[in-house]
Amino acid sequence: MSATLTQQPLSHLDWLEAEAIHIMREVAGQCANPVLLFSGGKDSICMLRIAEKAFRPGKFPFPLMHIDTGHNYQEVVAFRDKRAAELGERLIVRSVEDSMKRGTVVLKHEGESRNKHQSVTLLEAIEEFGFDCCIGGARRDEEKARAKERIMSFRDEFGQWDPKNQRPELWNLYNARAHKGENIRAFPISNWTEMDVWQYIEREKLELPSIYFAHQRPVVIRGGAIVPVNVPLVSGELTNLPKAGEAIVELQVRFRTVGDISCTAPVESDADTVEKIVVETATTTITERGATRLDDQTSEASMEQRKKEGYF
Amino acid sequence: MTTHIEDHGLLRFLTCGSVDDGKSTLIGRLLYDTKAILADTLSAIEKTSQKRGLGAVDLSLLTDGLQAEREQGITIDVAYRYFSTGTRKYIIADAPGHEQYTRNMVTAASTANLAIILVDARKGVLTQTKRHSTLAHLVGIPHLLVAINKMDLVDYDQAVYEKIKADYLEFAARQGIEDVRFIPLSALNGDMVVERGEALAWYDGPTLIQILEAAPAAHTEHAEPFRFPVQYVCRPQDSANPELHDYRGFMGQVESGAIAVGDAVTVLPSGLSTTVKAVQLGGRDIGSAITEQSVTLLLADEIDVSRGDMIVKTDEAPTPVKQISATVCWLAETPMDRARTYLIRHTTREVKAKLAAIDHRLDVNTQEKLPAEKLAMNDIAQVQFKLAHPLFADPYKANRSTGAFIIIDESNNNTVGAGMIL
Ligand SMILES: Nc1nc2c(ncn2[C@@H]2O[C@H](COP(=O)(O)OP(=O)(O)O)[C@@H](O)[C@H]2O)c(=O)[nH]1
Repeated sequence: MSATLTQQPLSHLDWLEAEAIHIMREVAGQCANPVLLFSGGKDSICMLRIAEKAFRPGKFPFPLMHIDTGHNYQEVVAFRDKRAAELGERLIVRSVEDSMKRGTVVLKHEGESRNKHQSVTLLEAIEEFGFDCCIGGARRDEEKARAKERIMSFRDEFGQWDPKNQRPELWNLYNARAHKGENIRAFPISNWTEMDVWQYIEREKLELPSIYFAHQRPVVIRGGAIVPVNVPLVSGELTNLPKAGEAIVELQVRFRTVGDISCTAPVESDADTVEKIVVETATTTITERGATRLDDQTSEASMEQRKKEGYF
Repeated sequence: MTTHIEDHGLLRFLTCGSVDDGKSTLIGRLLYDTKAILADTLSAIEKTSQKRGLGAVDLSLLTDGLQAEREQGITIDVAYRYFSTGTRKYIIADAPGHEQYTRNMVTAASTANLAIILVDARKGVLTQTKRHSTLAHLVGIPHLLVAINKMDLVDYDQAVYEKIKADYLEFAARQGIEDVRFIPLSALNGDMVVERGEALAWYDGPTLIQILEAAPAAHTEHAEPFRFPVQYVCRPQDSANPELHDYRGFMGQVESGAIAVGDAVTVLPSGLSTTVKAVQLGGRDIGSAITEQSVTLLLADEIDVSRGDMIVKTDEAPTPVKQISATVCWLAETPMDRARTYLIRHTTREVKAKLAAIDHRLDVNTQEKLPAEKLAMNDIAQVQFKLAHPLFADPYKANRSTGAFIIIDESNNNTVGAGMIL
């Protein structure tokens, strides 16, 4: 297997970036009306950099869209708006609260996580704008259920994902064809791990919402998890109030993901720079494996369920 | 405080084996034991002292997503797994080993540059081993590694290993499989995976991870001609900005070869020639590009170029073909209909195609060529297609990017076949 190399291979980040650019351009080339989902989170921030590399000096051949649960961290929402403005790209925001007003989303109780209801609002937006492809920042290493997800994933007229009816994907020949009403979900960073994302952020010097870095925050410990409390919403109203009898403590934490406030838990950390997070991500994987193993089947099953219903 | 870490890029490999050969255990072992290496490589502050690997972890838990499926009997998919040593990133394509799923293996193999073929030391070379090897070879994976697993169950006996190796080499020679290596393992105990262990002292070759770290990445071993299928044309037409007013950027990924400013190029199918004015990434000049880079090319002359065209170097242009001979794997549950027209997608180009002839079918278990009238799911056959428009193709053996195509059924848009041009 020793051979003289005719070219040095691309570094792993260059390879991943080139693949992601290729996928975005395939979407642009094959789909008539795509949209890029942008939440202000770290994965979608990487996606915007990839889109810049793919399409500049032109404009992006798609608008950006955020499905807002109304329960997002202020810092993330502000960052989302700022970043879209800097790029000069169109940002569409559709909110779960509007779906609630329309009656298409009904919460079981007030505190219920709105994360899973995003699918309803997303499908409504797809219909409103006639999008034929949604580009998302999901990665295969996020959950075991995603390990077999396609890069171009097919959804039927009801936005449903049928695990038995997915197209084989060979070489780099992506098939994003869809009939009217059907929809493709494209995942350009499928092959990236959390580590790759952090290394890319470091290399590209990407700006992130502040809550990704270690900061002091009032939390309670609930069922072994760190739960942020008294979190101000964009409106200024406080959410995630502590339950009676819970003791609030100040901890140094950072977020690894920044979704809906009701279901994103931070980790204890003193990593206040991207460099430190890269090292922490590498070294803590050993102990985190314990946590990964705790991954209960219900959460994975529910991921499959959500995908079937049209969620990412 | 960024320390410089060597980066050997990325390797995609495939794992195949029969049920219970230890594939999940081996993948789990790799994912688990390399975490310590990654931490060591990236931890600029302190070396981690964790002992690599733990005797009593159930490694298959790391991949149990697949196991649950297997119980339900719906394993029809390829799963992708990731690990990194810090100096190299790996993508494992894990194709279920079950008999009828040729198509999964072909799918998984299409992007792999190395295949690990697992053999249970107690069982030796089986029909399945031969089938997996035949498919890996057919799909052009340049490096095969036969991992003889469960050595602990045969007392780590060198004679068992040598016997299996000899049997395999005899088979490989008949099939024309050249680049094949062997390694004895115990995935369960971790011997020769990441750690050498003590029990296989008679084996003086590299460990599995050393082989993976040193294996060539795709497109690095032979000089290949420059091939640049155009994916998308960028025309900002920004009248406010005179610099962008006439900007026409041809966007794509270098499928093979290299390109630099000043190179003479020809655009296919028009056949018009010009030179490269600029090579850009994200609107910035980078001067040149190599295989697998996604870039934007600007040309010196105004030539009409659209998606589906291919830019090549003038002195190494492929010959356009309107009839192709190819090895095809049928992927769909509905057999191929000889009366119908299908769509062939080759690079970014789509052409209508009709089956002209089936030369023969390949029995992947016996490696025999048999006459065939039809193509059903999991069949592999050598066929002829007539094309409505020319393709700019290379033989698959010479170029895995421009030698490959997929077949699409336009009625439902499904990908129904995979082809490799002869
Ligand atoms: N003794 C021994 N058992 C092994 C080894 N590798 C795997 N096994 C066991 O063989 C069984 C099948 O392994 P698994 O990884 O699930 O096989 P798969 O079907 O190929 O994924 C399990 O009980 C493993 O613990 C090995 O090297 N030695």
